[in-house]
Amino acid sequence: MTNAHPIPFRAILRHVLLIAGAALMLAPFIWMISTASKPQTEIFSSELHLIPHQFALVENLREAFAKANLLRFLLNGIIVTVSIFVLQVMVALPAAYALAKLRFLGRETLFALVLFGILIPPQATAIPVFLLLHKIGLLDSYAALVLPFTISVFGIFLMRQFFKTVPDDLVDAARMDGISEFGIVWRVMLPAAIPAVTAFGIFSVVAHWNDYFWPLIVLNSEHLRTPPLAVAHFRNSEAGTSYGPLMAAAMVIIAPLVIAFLFAQRRFIEGITLTGIK
Amino acid sequence: MAQIELSAIRKSFDGTDVLKGIDFRIADGEFISLVGPSGCGKSTLLRIIAGLEPQDSGEVHIDGRPVDGIRPSARNLAMVFQSYALYPHLSAFDNIAVPLRMRRLSAIERLPLLGALLPGRRAKERHIRADIEGIAEQLDISPLLRRKPGQLSGGQRQRVAVGRAMVREPVAFLFDEPLSNLDAKLRVHMRAELAELHRRLKATFVYVTHDQAEAMTMSSRIAVMMGGELIQAGTPAEIYNEPGDIRVAEFIGSPKINVLPGRIRKDGGVDVLGTALKLTCNAAAGDCRIGVRPERIELGTGPFSGTVVHLENLGAEAFVHLAVEGIGSRLIARLADVKHLPAMASSVAFGFAPDAVRMFDPAGKRIELRMEQAERIREPAHV
Repeated sequence: MTNAHPIPFRAILRHVLLIAGAALMLAPFIWMISTASKPQTEIFSSELHLIPHQFALVENLREAFAKANLLRFLLNGIIVTVSIFVLQVMVALPAAYALAKLRFLGRETLFALVLFGILIPPQATAIPVFLLLHKIGLLDSYAALVLPFTISVFGIFLMRQFFKTVPDDLVDAARMDGISEFGIVWRVMLPAAIPAVTAFGIFSVVAHWNDYFWPLIVLNSEHLRTPPLAVAHFRNSEAGTSYGPLMAAAMVIIAPLVIAFLFAQRRFIEGITLTGIK
Repeated sequence: MAQIELSAIRKSFDGTDVLKGIDFRIADGEFISLVGPSGCGKSTLLRIIAGLEPQDSGEVHIDGRPVDGIRPSARNLAMVFQSYALYPHLSAFDNIAVPLRMRRLSAIERLPLLGALLPGRRAKERHIRADIEGIAEQLDISPLLRRKPGQLSGGQRQRVAVGRAMVREPVAFLFDEPLSNLDAKLRVHMRAELAELHRRLKATFVYVTHDQAEAMTMSSRIAVMMGGELIQAGTPAEIYNEPGDIRVAEFIGSPKINVLPGRIRKDGGVDVLGTALKLTCNAAAGDCRIGVRPERIELGTGPFSGTVVHLENLGAEAFVHLAVEGIGSRLIARLADVKHLPAMASSVAFGFAPDAVRMFDPAGKRIELRMEQAERIREPAHV
């Protein structure tokens, strides 16, 4: 008998390319884990090796937790990202419902403004927002981290597009049943839009958990720092950066996202394809 | 139970007149079908009655009270939608419970966790449960109450939607093409069920459909709408036998009524395809159109002839399609006797009795006819 399943050349090529890409993507993470596991002397040695001769992960982690209050920073991260997401949903859902299902004068203009808002990069408004927070005395607080992001035009746009696909009959049925317009948003539209809300949640939490720029400019107090700032804490130009604890801290702060990803891998991918974000 | 009165209802969307002044009165306990081709404004009219769409002018009265500006739920009507519009995240039970919970529970009692702790809530929930189980039994959906709409078939969803409408004991039921998403067999079955439901509840039913068969089989009265106007209302038999307008004649009845070109002579006589009919009328001389239902065409004898171009044998009846010189469309005759069908491509003579003829002027309005013995066939239809 001849070989019934010859491995096609194209399939091999495809996998080689994918493996190469995956290796490229994974390299920094592997390097991080490798460095986090090495003692200081090995990190600065000239020979290149991934697997440390002497495992120092526990020491590095201990030092990381000793030098910075990592748990506090993780808690800050959770407080900030959850607050941002909850407030974004509370603003975006009613707004998206109005834009998708209610008829009123100027609706299309408002929606055009929302689209226009998506085009403005956050850095462009950073200075005015910073000055505003300064004037009302909110700098260096949780409010400074949360408030500027409560209105997400992207969230409004995404939810509006999703609400467009919810049949009008459902809204009308809810009105016949005596549900108020706000009631429709929370009792009918929100349950119908769970996939879109999840997608938006993933997008929002990942973006704000990893945000380095904004916390860096509005915060001074150490106890308010978010996880990315915590890592920066280990960079020290005078005493020299201690890379082992830094990488260990980096591992700790990305762990929640990685664990969440492993648990909700399918949702993550659905969400990212739904939002059209790379 | 309610009577619904519409007066001079007008509505336009983006400058297009969808409803051009509708006056109509629906009596208490009637089963009214609003029927017409798509885009005739029937669904808009239903939505105006429901309060989901405001009219531009005119008034809606329910039981003598004006309801304009009153919220849909406060009008106490129930609506069944074409897509059923069940809440996808709630079980059949919870779907049916929504209108009751909205009405009987206070805003605080409806809160997800806190509400369950309030003292009055449990007694109210017990009543709601009892009501729903009663309805479910009537509709034969008791075993399905725990399922989500996604796990139900089309017919089952339909019943849950009807249950949600029934449970609130509305003064009238509004149906917006509720059967058009079902397959043909189920549709016929649900037709009988809805008619039976109407007999049992004795409530006012307003039923919108584009399917003339649904309107004919279920309703106590049919209102035919065309181009934003209500052109004729009457019992199914009246609408079928005495259409006041050629558009009504063509819309009601399947297969469609046969329309032949005719001519009114100066003396009031009528010629069709060159043959004089034994009929006279008072209309002015000129062109007219003659309508004859397929079952009134008699094959085998008569002054006309055509060629058989198509045969449809349905077992209990058959339709013979004839090509007739002088008319553009084919003529269809219904034969009750399927054993003696004419051969394809054969030439067949046909005719029709004078009382089978309905005549319309070029604008489509009905023209009254007299048999030549000067005896009136029937009362003319009143629109």
